[in-house]
Amino acid sequence: MKNHHLIHSITAALCLLSAQALAGSGAMPSTEGEEQREAMKATSMQAMPEMQMQGGDAPADSRDPHAYSGGHTLSEGPYALPGSQRLRLADEDAFWAVMGDRLEYDNDDDVAFDLSVWYGGTYDRVWLKLEGDYNQDGLEETQAELLWGHAISSYFDFQLGTRFDYYADGQNRQWLALGVQGLAPYWFELDLTAYLGEQGRSALSLEAEYEWLLTQRLILQPRAELTLYGKDDPQNGIGSGLSDASLGLRLRYEFSRQFAPYVGIERKETFGTTADYLEAAGESAGDTRVLAGIRFWF
Amino acid sequence: MDMRDSESFSLSRRRFVQGLIAGTSVLGTSMPSFAIGQPTAYGTRSPDVLTGTEFDLVIDQGPVNFTGQANTGIMINGSIPAPTLIWREGDTITLRVTNRLSVPTSVHWHGIILPYQMDGVPGLSYAGITPGQTFTYRFRVQQSGTYWYHSHTGFQEMSGMYGSLVILPRGGDGVKSDRDFVVQLSDWTDENPMEVFAKLKQQSDYYNYAQPTVADFFEDVSRYDLRTAMAKREMWNEMRMNPTDLADLSASTLTYLCNGQPPNGNWTGIFKPGDTVRLRFVNGASNSFFDVRIPGLVMTVIQADGQNIEPVSVDEFRFGPGETYDVLVYPKDDAYTIFAQSMDRSGYAKGTLAVRDGLSAPVPTLDKIQWLTMADMMGAMDHQSSMQHGGMQHQGHSMSMNHGMSMNHDMSMNHGMAMDHSQHQGMHGLATPSQQVRHAASEYGPSVDMRVDMPRTSLDDPGAGLRNNGRRVLTLDDLCAVEGVLTDTGMPVRELELHLTGNMERYTWSFDGLEFGKSTPVALKRNERIRIILQNDTMMTHPMHLHGMWSDLEDAQGQLRVRRHTIPVQPAQRLSFLATPQEVGRWAWHCHLLFHMDAGMFREVLVS
Repeated sequence: MKNHHLIHSITAALCLLSAQALAGSGAMPSTEGEEQREAMKATSMQAMPEMQMQGGDAPADSRDPHAYSGGHTLSEGPYALPGSQRLRLADEDAFWAVMGDRLEYDNDDDVAFDLSVWYGGTYDRVWLKLEGDYNQDGLEETQAELLWGHAISSYFDFQLGTRFDYYADGQNRQWLALGVQGLAPYWFELDLTAYLGEQGRSALSLEAEYEWLLTQRLILQPRAELTLYGKDDPQNGIGSGLSDASLGLRLRYEFSRQFAPYVGIERKETFGTTADYLEAAGESAGDTRVLAGIRFWF
Repeated sequence: MDMRDSESFSLSRRRFVQGLIAGTSVLGTSMPSFAIGQPTAYGTRSPDVLTGTEFDLVIDQGPVNFTGQANTGIMINGSIPAPTLIWREGDTITLRVTNRLSVPTSVHWHGIILPYQMDGVPGLSYAGITPGQTFTYRFRVQQSGTYWYHSHTGFQEMSGMYGSLVILPRGGDGVKSDRDFVVQLSDWTDENPMEVFAKLKQQSDYYNYAQPTVADFFEDVSRYDLRTAMAKREMWNEMRMNPTDLADLSASTLTYLCNGQPPNGNWTGIFKPGDTVRLRFVNGASNSFFDVRIPGLVMTVIQADGQNIEPVSVDEFRFGPGETYDVLVYPKDDAYTIFAQSMDRSGYAKGTLAVRDGLSAPVPTLDKIQWLTMADMMGAMDHQSSMQHGGMQHQGHSMSMNHGMSMNHDMSMNHGMAMDHSQHQGMHGLATPSQQVRHAASEYGPSVDMRVDMPRTSLDDPGAGLRNNGRRVLTLDDLCAVEGVLTDTGMPVRELELHLTGNMERYTWSFDGLEFGKSTPVALKRNERIRIILQNDTMMTHPMHLHGMWSDLEDAQGQLRVRRHTIPVQPAQRLSFLATPQEVGRWAWHCHLLFHMDAGMFREVLVS
């Protein structure tokens, strides 16, 4: 049970990467610092003495959960049925889900999607995540990630895998992805992933979501996203440092847990060199979208 | 069996049959009331009442309609619930069980002491009953009282495979009643149970439509003030736990049944004014605790899990899947409602006691949901906040008034013990259960979302949602076995401690943080007297059912109290019981909330 150390190492690695990425951009915005602290808090219960009911490392004198077994196992020892017949419960089953967190249409006639699929048991899952935009010209920027998720604490999973970026008018990129995803105290859904690419590229992406239950079915969801890059990537219009941030607010009505239409508004701002690239191309550095969509899973 | 034996046997058998007629005529006359009164509108045909020593049970799928929507259920002999089987203590029973399903099945006799090959848990007792196969169970009945039986395969129980067992005492029943009804409560979903489980795996609060909302927050702000409203939520939010996490499933998918009838089916038991009516309550639900009361009637509880207790009169009792309570009532009016609200207050099962068919009495409204308290989360640690939040009154402990005549135990010691980690053990050895909390190393990982360091024993706590409700509610502390029930009074030779654990967000349940597939058996020696301490490190109540041997519940002072086969353990509670396994084999030990069991809150007990 050394998951704790693993979490520390991951958090440290992510901080290092983000520091690298930030080096080009100057100060770290305070909201991001907040989120980082939140993530740190979540993955490091030791820092929170009042939270000893959760997490932490097993003390040296903790009980051995196999101490009463007398050396027997479920399939060996007296009266055991042959291994193939032994009882199996749902804890050894695999499950799956297809989730459409965002599938939305906006006032620029763009369709944005954020879909994911997982398959696996309680602690190890394979994830496929797709995020991108689609308009009348076809697929715009799209990211596909294939990740292995492994539970490292009560509420957080470590994720490791690859990301593939597709650019309609640029250079496709591939990355190695390393992140944590889970539920922070106060019910913040966090997804913090660092990426390492070719030619020493690096990136960091941070997503946070929260849900306000106005009623049991009417739910207001603020959502924030930050992206940072370690290096300029002019072909794709990306500058180093804090590249973009978006803040969205979506109001959905859950006809069922699995089907909820929503309306929302999202403000996206680009920064630094990324903003310069956009402006040079005659576009504005920021954009506000009014949107409507559906959230679903099955 | 020689001639004389068989004569006396048949003689007493005749008496038994007569006695039975008195009993079953009630069951018999009540049958038309649900066969004719509500012919085909709901559910299936009425269950048969089968008596004797030889039984043929056939398991098959069939059409059901509990909700207005046609569906398919799993039935035994064509009904849900399955036939009520009436056995007699001392008889050797033969049951031929035929599987007409396309998948394997099994039947487990819940609470019955028998050889392990007859216990009916596939993968432990036997390979299960394959499609087309007839499996013959044969064992001698060594006990009497109210029990039940059900499938132990997958989620078949949730699809309707459960029925009641009534075992008549060999020496005649000391309890006299004019009417005798089985009241089996259960739950039904029109969804596929496996899909329901898979949904919880993706979103564990899927069926909870009583979550704290922004509106609730502002209500609290106006009722108290901002600070209090925030303080009330702080701990929950910090820990990512939900104070209304009272049940995994709710009426948003479940329909609660009383003897196979939904509330508007209005199962009715007929009595004559002045009758003494015995009600044998069986909780055969898959995932639902019920809080049962009969407005206008005091219930005198006479048995728990089939075992006689000192009679105790209450207005209400809570019981979880697997538990049974026998009560006596003395109705005088024309009609009464048997009202069983689910613990999460999302719905209820309902029946009627009436002087004739077609009557009904007012149905109470569901109680308001009460949030879980800090006591539920942290045990004895934080009395103040539990009181502040309307929790139970630990402090003054008005419990001495709370408890009736039959018990004389020293309540004052019952509390505060959780705060003392050192005392008893060294001085008395195994005379009293250890109070020192010892978490398993495997509780410090992703499978566990909380651990309780200062648990409470508080047997006198009626539990979340029932505290200070103005009614006299049965608690574990009220249960006191009558003389002769607790046959083994030996001191335990060793003590085992296990914790009930889970992670609601991941929807996984376990003992000591290890789901069944990762666990190893708990090895016991035959005839060894052992103490098992169960500490609940979760926020839900778990009805813990140990197969193959009795669980003799004791209090914090090591005084034996009552004999159970299923013990409900409340959040942050630490209970202990003694057991003396007399039958060898591999036995199941699990939470009887079906989904918790299947998620992994299941251990094998190996007796050799």
